[in-house]
Amino acid sequence: MKMELIQPFINAADAVLSQGLQGSTKVGQLAMDETGYRRKGVAGLVSLTGDIEGRIIVDLDSQTAVRVASHYAGAELPESDTLIKETIFELANQVVGNAVSALNDQGFHFRVHPPILVTAEEGDKTSEDTEALMICFETTLGNVFLNVALRYNKRRMSDHAVAGQ
Amino acid sequence: MEQFAAVKRSKDGQPVRYLIVDDSVFARKNLARMIESFGGQVAAEAGDGLTAISEFDRTHPDIVLMDITMPQMEGIEAAEKIVQAHPEARVVMVSSVGYQENIVAALQRGARHFVQKPVKPEVLYEVIKYVMGEDGAVATAASTGA
Repeated sequence: MKMELIQPFINAADAVLSQGLQGSTKVGQLAMDETGYRRKGVAGLVSLTGDIEGRIIVDLDSQTAVRVASHYAGAELPESDTLIKETIFELANQVVGNAVSALNDQGFHFRVHPPILVTAEEGDKTSEDTEALMICFETTLGNVFLNVALRYNKRRMSDHAVAGQ
Repeated sequence: MEQFAAVKRSKDGQPVRYLIVDDSVFARKNLARMIESFGGQVAAEAGDGLTAISEFDRTHPDIVLMDITMPQMEGIEAAEKIVQAHPEARVVMVSSVGYQENIVAALQRGARHFVQKPVKPEVLYEVIKYVMGEDGAVATAASTGA
């Protein structure tokens, strides 16, 4: 478990959700995802490549997404696929953006790819060096799930070490 | 949302006009709501850097709120092109990616300030007042008729 990689994402999600939703956010269930990813609602996936590689999935049910979007807009919004997708992608961008900013300041360099919608019900089982952690954030508007699977890119890291000698 | 003392243009007392640039409709709505709470007015919106340039030319806003990661043309490049054509343009970058190198690149290419998402209204409000400088004035209770 690469907690030093995962912790910035937990901190970022906690900050994004509590600031954005202006309410208390509690880190609820936290578990290793040993059997492979199973989608809970509507999910957006952001890939990272570079010194650290892997993916982050933000997953929430559609009713929660509409409540979050309505909260941000300050008015009740009608449920639509576009609105739900936009909400999840924006949350994913904010969580990942904040986390990678912290990791970048520690010297890690990588590329953040635009979010994509996860349509499959299940994902691949993660490997020993890319263990996935599932974290449930309990917010006033519903549960938001974060699934983080990251690993160090050893080749890139050794290239940096050689370049730095 | 909390209401702030309105920031008006010093020269004519009119609301500050904003161009909001973000590929997320959701993010644009959120920023528009904050702008209204500052007493501002949304002059135009754009979902990418190219449209931002044409909307700036069309509407001549007082402030541009510009995302960084967008399709077609990214925000830093769009900010640079706007400032090259209009040196007086006030561009504030608004992004969730707050790398030191990103911030420096944006400032070197003409942006006036940087705000990290999620945007706190009170932070954006202070940035707006700072960026407007003497061209902006905070309305007092008497001047708003309150």
